[in-house]
Amino acid sequence: MQPEILAWLIPLPPILAFFLIILWAYRNNRLSHTIAVGSMLISWGLAMVLFWVAIRVEGLGHHPIVSSIPWLPTGETSLQFGILIDPLSAVTLFFVAWTCLAIFLYSVGYHNFGKRRDPDDRPGLPPKAGGIEPMYARFFAFISLFAFGMLTLVISDNLLLLFIGWEIMGLCSYLLIGFWYGKPSARDAMVKAFITTRIGDVLMLLGLAYLYSATGTLNFRAILFDEQVLHSLVETPSVIGGLSTAGLIGILLFLGTVGKSAQWPLHVWLPDAMEGPTPVSAMIHAATMVSAGVYLALRFFPLLTAGWHEGASLTPTMLVVASIGAFTALFAATIAVAQVDIKRVLAYSTISQLGYMVAAVGIGAFVAGAFHLITHAFFKGLLFLGSGSVIHGMEHGVQHTHEHVDAQDMFNMGGLRRKMPITFWTFLIGGFALSGFPLLTAGFWSKDEILADAYGHGYLVVFITLAVAALLTAFYTMRQISLTFLGHPRTDAAKHAHESVWTMTLPLIVLAIFAVGVGWVGIPEHFPVLGGLVPNWFHDFVGGTLIEHPHALDFNPVPLIVSIGVALGGLLLGWLVYRRVPAGVPDPLQRWLGPIYTVLKNKYYFDEFYHFLFVRPAYWFAETFTYRWIDRGLIDGFLHGVGRTALRVGSFLRNAIDLPIVNGLADRFSEGVKWLGRTFRVVQTGRVQEYLIIGLVFTGLLLSYFLLVQP
Amino acid sequence: MIPLSWYLILAAGLFCVGLYGALARRNALAILMGIELMLNAVNLNLVAFWRYLTPNLISGQVFVLIVLAVAASEAAVGLALIISIYRRRSTIAAEDIDMMKW
Repeated sequence: MQPEILAWLIPLPPILAFFLIILWAYRNNRLSHTIAVGSMLISWGLAMVLFWVAIRVEGLGHHPIVSSIPWLPTGETSLQFGILIDPLSAVTLFFVAWTCLAIFLYSVGYHNFGKRRDPDDRPGLPPKAGGIEPMYARFFAFISLFAFGMLTLVISDNLLLLFIGWEIMGLCSYLLIGFWYGKPSARDAMVKAFITTRIGDVLMLLGLAYLYSATGTLNFRAILFDEQVLHSLVETPSVIGGLSTAGLIGILLFLGTVGKSAQWPLHVWLPDAMEGPTPVSAMIHAATMVSAGVYLALRFFPLLTAGWHEGASLTPTMLVVASIGAFTALFAATIAVAQVDIKRVLAYSTISQLGYMVAAVGIGAFVAGAFHLITHAFFKGLLFLGSGSVIHGMEHGVQHTHEHVDAQDMFNMGGLRRKMPITFWTFLIGGFALSGFPLLTAGFWSKDEILADAYGHGYLVVFITLAVAALLTAFYTMRQISLTFLGHPRTDAAKHAHESVWTMTLPLIVLAIFAVGVGWVGIPEHFPVLGGLVPNWFHDFVGGTLIEHPHALDFNPVPLIVSIGVALGGLLLGWLVYRRVPAGVPDPLQRWLGPIYTVLKNKYYFDEFYHFLFVRPAYWFAETFTYRWIDRGLIDGFLHGVGRTALRVGSFLRNAIDLPIVNGLADRFSEGVKWLGRTFRVVQTGRVQEYLIIGLVFTGLLLSYFLLVQP
Repeated sequence: MIPLSWYLILAAGLFCVGLYGALARRNALAILMGIELMLNAVNLNLVAFWRYLTPNLISGQVFVLIVLAVAASEAAVGLALIISIYRRRSTIAAEDIDMMKW
C-alpha cells in the first residue's frame, strides 16, 4: 500500500469509533471499549507501519511523504488539505500512537470494567465503592474523538488542519476534565481550562491569519522549507515596530503554545485539569495534547528562529520563547516541591518539563527539544498512569477501612512498594527518567542534551535556570516516590491498598520500557565511552526536518557533570528528607522554608491574583456593568420608558377622547332611544279599538289641517 | 229628484253608526258589523256620485262591486278568525283580545 494512503487512514478509526459508540454502541460497555481500543489498535498498527516506512526513506526531510487535495477554494488559490510525514511528525506519531494505545487499554481497568455497577453511583460523579463508571461508554467515545484530533494534528501538512485538530483536542480536554461534572471543582476546572487555552488559541488564530495574509499559504513545506519565503518574512517589518513579520507571527503562534502547553502566564489551567479521570490527565494533560503545543513550536522552528544562525545572538522572538520556557521550568518546579496531591505534583512537573522544551526551542536546540518532547511523553504518561494506579489502590483501602482520608494526598500514603510492586517499580523508572537519572533513563539523555545545548551556545542564564529546575525536579520526584512508596504506611487505607488489574499494569510496563529505551536512540556521538556504541539515530533523523542539518554538539564535561550532579543530588536530598516521614507530621520543608513554603503551596497566589485581576472584574463587568447598568438600566430602561409613554398616551386617549366623547355620545343616543321607547310603549295596549281611536284622532287632525289651515 | 246631498248625509250617518259600532262595541261580531256598515256607507257614496256626476262612466259601479267582493271575503275571514279566537280563549270581547302589546 502507498504510505500516503496509510497516513490518510491513520486518524479515521478513532473518529469512526466515536460515532459508533455515541450513536449505537453506548448501551453496551464491553462493545464500546472494544470498539474504542480496537480502533486505536488499528491506528497504532497503521502508525507503526508508516513509521517503519518513514525511517527507511533516505533523506526523509527533503523527500517527505506528502499528499494533499484541494479543500476550500479561496479566490484564485485554494486551501489545501493534506498530510505530511517528515521526521518530526514521524517520531511524534510514534509516541502518540504508543501512549494513546497504552492509555486506552489502561482506561478499561481504571474505570473498573468487569465490576458490577453500584446503584448508589450517579452519572457525573466518580464511582464510590469500586463499581464500574456509570458513563463508561461516554468516556471511550470522548477519548476516541480526542485521539482523532491528536492524530489529525500530527499528520497534517498545513496550519489550518493542525488548528482544527488542536481545537478538537481543546474540546475533548474540556469535556474530559469535566467528565465528573457532578463535582463543582471539576466544573470550575473545565471552564478554567477552556477559557485559559482559548486566550492562547485566539492569538494563535491571529498568527495563522497573519501568516496566510503574508505568504498566501498555510502549508508547512511551502513556508518553512523555502529559504526565499522565510527570508522575505524576515526582511519585511511587521505592524509592530522593531519586529519582523516572521518575528511577530512567531510570537503569535508561540502564544498558542503558551496556552496549550500551559506555559507561564497561562499555566493555571493545567493543575486544575487534574480533576478529570487519571487516564485523561495522562493522555491529554501530560503525553499528547500539551505536547501538541511544543510540537507546534518545533514545527514552526524555522519561522521562530528565522534570521538567526547558530552561534549568533538570539532574535527578540527567540528571547521571548527562551525566557518564558526557562522561567516556567523553574517556576513550576518550585511549586511542585510544596504540593501534597500526587497528581498535582505531576501536573506542575509537566508544566516545568514543557518549559524545558520551550526553552530548548528558544535557544535553537531543535533536536534536543524534540527529543525531550518524546521521552517526556513516555515517562510522564507512565507517571500519571502510575499515580492513577496508586490512587486506585488507595481508594480500595479507603473503602475497605471506611477511613475518611484523601486518597490523593501523598502524606496519607507510604509503604506502598510492598502492596503494589509493579506500580512501584514502573513509577520508580518513570520518576528516575523524569529526574534524569544518569545513563540509564531516557530523561537523562534528553535533558542533558538541552543543558549541553544551552551551555555549549553560551546561554548561561538559561543553562543555570534549567539546571536549578532540574535539581528541584529530582528533589520533588524523590519526595513523591519516598512519600508514596517508601517508609511505613501512614494510614490504615495505605495498609489495605492493593495492586491494580492487568489492564492497568500492562500499559505501565510498556511505557516503562520506553521510558528507559527511548533515550538510547539519541546518545550523542561524542559522549565518552557510550557515544558511538549506538549511532545517534535521533539526531540524524529528526535533524533532517530542517533545511540545514543542525550540527552535533562537541562534548563538554561541564553540562554533563552539572546534569549528573543535580539529578543525583536532588534524588539523594529528596530521599534523605522524606525517607521516613511518620504519620501526622507536617512536611519537613515547612519547618525549614517557613513562609516561603506557604507561598509555594499556594502556587505563588497566581489563582488568587488572576481571580482578583480577571475573574472578579469579569464578574463585575457581567453582573454590574452589563447586567445591571447596560441591560437593566439602559436597555430595559429605554424599553420601559417606551412602554410607559405608550401607556400614558393610551390612557390619555382613553380618558380624554374615547370615554367622554365617543362613548358618551353613543351612550346618550342609546339612552335617548331607550327613554323614547319606554315612554311611548304605553300606547301599545294591544287593543284594536284603541288603535282605531288613535288612528281616527290623527286622521281627524290631518283632515282638519288640510281642510282648515291649508285650504 | 232627491238632491245628492241627501244621499251623502245618509251615507255619512250610516258611516258614523258603523264607526261608533266598530269603536265602542265590545263584541267582536258587532265590530265586524260596524265595519260592514261603514263599507256600505262608502258604497252608497260611490253609487250616488256615479249617478249624479258621471253617469256615462262605469267606474263608479265597478268600484262598488269590488268593495262588495272585498266586504264579503272580509266577513268570511273575520268570522273564521272570531270562531278561532273563541275556541282558544272562550271570549270574543274585543278588550280581552290584547295579547299583542308590550
